Amino acid sequence: MNPHRDPVAHTILVLGAILFIAPLWLVFVGSTQDSAAIARGDLSFLPGHEGFGSYTRVLNGPVPRMLMISFGMAMAIAIGKIIISVLSAFAVVFFRFPGRKIAFWLIFITLMLPVEVRIIPTYSVMAGMGLINTFTGLWLPLIASATATLLFRQVFLAIPDELVEAARMDGAGPLRFLWDIVLPVSAANVAALFVILFIFGWNQYLWPLLVATNPRLDTIVIGIVKMVAVETETDWSAVMATAMLALLPPVVVVLLMQRWFVAGLTEVEK
Amino acid sequence: MERRTIFGHLWLPVALVAPQFLLTLIFFLWPAGQAVWSSLTRQDPFGLHSQFAGLDNFVFLFTDPLYRDSIGRTVFFMIAVSAISMSLALLLAVFADREIKGRFTYRTLLIWPYAIAPAMAAVLWILLLQPRIGILGVWLNRHGIAWDYHLNDTQAMLMIVLASAWKQVSYNFIFFLAGLQSVSRSVLEAARMDGARGWHRFRTITFPLLAPTTFFLLVVNFVYAAFDTFGTIQALTQGGPGKATETLMVKVYRDGVVNLDIGSSSAQSVILMLGVIGLTAMQFRFLGRRQTT
Amino acid sequence: MKRRTLLAASAVTPLAAMGRARAQSGKLQLVWWHSMSGANGEEINRLAKAFNDSQSEAEVQAIFKGGYADSLTAAIAAWRADQAPHLVQIFEVGTGSMLAAGPATKQVWQLAKETGVALDPAIYIPGVRGYYSLPDGRLASKPFNSSTAVMWYNKDAFAAAGLDPEKAPATWPEVIAAAKAIKAKVGTPEMGAVKFPVTSSWMIWAQLEQFGAIHDLPFATKANGFEGLDAELVFNGPHQVAQWDRLLGMAKDGLYEYGGRDTVPDALFYSGQAAIGFGSSAGRGDIVRNAKFKWAAAFLPIDPAVTTNPINSIIGGASLWTMTTKQRTDAEYKAVAHFLTFLSSPEQDAHFHQTTGYVPVTFAGYEKSKAEGYYDKAPGADVAIKQLSRGTMTANSRGLRLGRLAEIRAILYEETEKALQGQQTGKQALDNGVQRGNRVLREFQKSVGG
Repeated sequence: MNPHRDPVAHTILVLGAILFIAPLWLVFVGSTQDSAAIARGDLSFLPGHEGFGSYTRVLNGPVPRMLMISFGMAMAIAIGKIIISVLSAFAVVFFRFPGRKIAFWLIFITLMLPVEVRIIPTYSVMAGMGLINTFTGLWLPLIASATATLLFRQVFLAIPDELVEAARMDGAGPLRFLWDIVLPVSAANVAALFVILFIFGWNQYLWPLLVATNPRLDTIVIGIVKMVAVETETDWSAVMATAMLALLPPVVVVLLMQRWFVAGLTEVEK
Repeated sequence: MERRTIFGHLWLPVALVAPQFLLTLIFFLWPAGQAVWSSLTRQDPFGLHSQFAGLDNFVFLFTDPLYRDSIGRTVFFMIAVSAISMSLALLLAVFADREIKGRFTYRTLLIWPYAIAPAMAAVLWILLLQPRIGILGVWLNRHGIAWDYHLNDTQAMLMIVLASAWKQVSYNFIFFLAGLQSVSRSVLEAARMDGARGWHRFRTITFPLLAPTTFFLLVVNFVYAAFDTFGTIQALTQGGPGKATETLMVKVYRDGVVNLDIGSSSAQSVILMLGVIGLTAMQFRFLGRRQTT
Repeated sequence: MKRRTLLAASAVTPLAAMGRARAQSGKLQLVWWHSMSGANGEEINRLAKAFNDSQSEAEVQAIFKGGYADSLTAAIAAWRADQAPHLVQIFEVGTGSMLAAGPATKQVWQLAKETGVALDPAIYIPGVRGYYSLPDGRLASKPFNSSTAVMWYNKDAFAAAGLDPEKAPATWPEVIAAAKAIKAKVGTPEMGAVKFPVTSSWMIWAQLEQFGAIHDLPFATKANGFEGLDAELVFNGPHQVAQWDRLLGMAKDGLYEYGGRDTVPDALFYSGQAAIGFGSSAGRGDIVRNAKFKWAAAFLPIDPAVTTNPINSIIGGASLWTMTTKQRTDAEYKAVAHFLTFLSSPEQDAHFHQTTGYVPVTFAGYEKSKAEGYYDKAPGADVAIKQLSRGTMTANSRGLRLGRLAEIRAILYEETEKALQGQQTGKQALDNGVQRGNRVLREFQKSVGG
């Protein structure tokens, strides 16, 4: 069988691709159509005549601010979590200190408590700390979980002893070792994790919904859900334009970093 | 697994671990403890009066037919979403694994939904299936099918299952593809030369070798369906009509945040925590038995 | 690392300026959370701006907070985080819960006493005042937007169905007959956009709570909860069950279309899809703006089997509650009191009433509108206030005062939605509503130490 001709495979994959591209296409063409027409039920698969008018409308409102908040939040979570995890994993792997086992297990426990389950008491804790309705409140609780720490622990454990010995013989202190050797070796993992965490942060819904009651702190995801919630007076093409803007950064990140990201994702979960 | 520790410092590692440890304390252990404590109380919405209520909240939940319904509904939802999402992903992965032209393009097109927020997936599906503006929704209604997931229980459940499963396919696809690619080519070649046909090869060799991946994905999909779909469900149906799409997570939100019944929602959170711990423990136990890596 | 420090620095100054009372301009900043969108939302903005322009002591910032239920939840959460707004618009069914709020609110009589600004309850019309007062007559929250349920109907559709457009159906049998006549003509060109005869916004409020009031039937014991926290629900009496069966029957026959909860079905009427739309009298603003047909408001129909002498309906809408924070100053509370006085002045009350369709809550506002000839220019604009003042008020028509009433309404919506899909009868729906609702009431009672 000629490995390059496989009609069955192509058919199935094309159907699959359509299933996953169609909604995106719909959002895109919808953003170029007339809102009133859409509200009447005349959403069409073909691009409309309104051009990019809806984008101008949308960029004049709260949307740019929401995009910035989402971006800030996603970056804070990605960077914050990576830093904390690298430091913790490094400490747990390369040192022996009292309480090391306990520290490790306590951190490990966090894997078992997804944020949704501890959502309401976390809110009280944040209120007690005065972090409700603040930008810090948006990302701080979300960098606490241990998934990245475990990943880095795996990676650091796999660093060959020769490298470690060499560093020791050079008289390099631990921090030097971390900076000069450990980090470069883990660069690919850091990159993959960055993608995963950025997307995780960008796509948060429940937590920002709770912690930010002031509309000035709405993320773009929250903004869109609010827009479609009032189904009667919605400006649909504006909603779709906003949706395109909301999808753009995470999708671009995934597509650009596809190779590292896929490799890293399957690595994380082992 | 251990390694020969190389640095003997004492304060440095403690300082390095401290940030994560503190965060764990403040944002995991303390709230978890608070949830347990609140689950034993009865509070007014403003938090002005709080009485110890023992196990009242738990007793009420387990004797409440509505809570039991919610459990059943969530289990059904978890199974439906996982089954649909994983089978579709496996199907696509099998064909994307073949040596055909354009397979990288296909893979990219199938991976991108990973970037979508669950709440956004809901918005996309609204554009498809909303009865008055969705392109398919309008079509169905114009052709005599009374489609409105705001008013019909079954349609509402169908809607959230579809939207949730759709979003998760790309994640499953990535893992299945990776799993398929790690199935040794030589084993497959040997089987092919032995005369094993495509489907037979798949059933007896490939699928069993995928078992760890499949099991892992099952647990992840279950947790996804139970928790991460909150955004999707809120955006689409908010748990309605009636309680048709109220999963356990939606119920926690409804009772805790909307109705401000802190006692009951904390009890529900505690029950959910125990469930997740159970699932995760099972996952680690099973995966720990794997020989490789 | 640099980004992190930048972010950390920006986090120290919270984005919300809620904690700070004085902005650049030096004026006191008062935050007002409301739930009015569309035409009514614009009127709110006008009120805030008019107040701001009229004095230099304070500036009111009106923020749309989402629907009434979300807003109440957000207000409570905000208070718990010591970030409550100065004023929040809370719907009438939240009154029971707000009265149990203790130090979280400053009731109107308290505000008056502490700031020395006179806030006289006697300026408000009785139906409105009674709903928001303590048993001894002291005013708890400021009546703001009060409406009642009315029956909006499409005069053009009536004419097309062969019905007299000037004569609205006065009883339920007449409504059903009209609905059948309309249904017969759906699809014909004269019927235009009409797809179904009847729909109802705020179904529980308009069809159950109001039904009980005008027919002098109780919703709950203890004078609908006014007389004690130990009230029990009794809205599953035979007449109410008959009303529910009637609506379910109409739905089955295609005469009644359930459009969803709360205000969602509003659009069905003003877009012309429903020929009769039960809803709030405050929907007037949106109808004026959007309806492309002749329309009018009418009294709610009665069930002649129960009575032929209906009494007053109860108000819906919302009032304004003043909330507290640990740092709120006396000057801020005084400014709030001044704002409340501004809102209840005859000019503002009359303007608000005429623009939105909410009833004038003060006698002076009503008199002013009459003197201006408003009701001659806008016939039917006084249907609401006439229905609210009809007959002699009884314990059953004073209103409802039950804790967590919003949750009870949600329960009733759920049970009714099940019945509409044929999963249970009207009686079962109301019985379940009573049972589940009573449990909520007992929980509320225990939780506030009652």
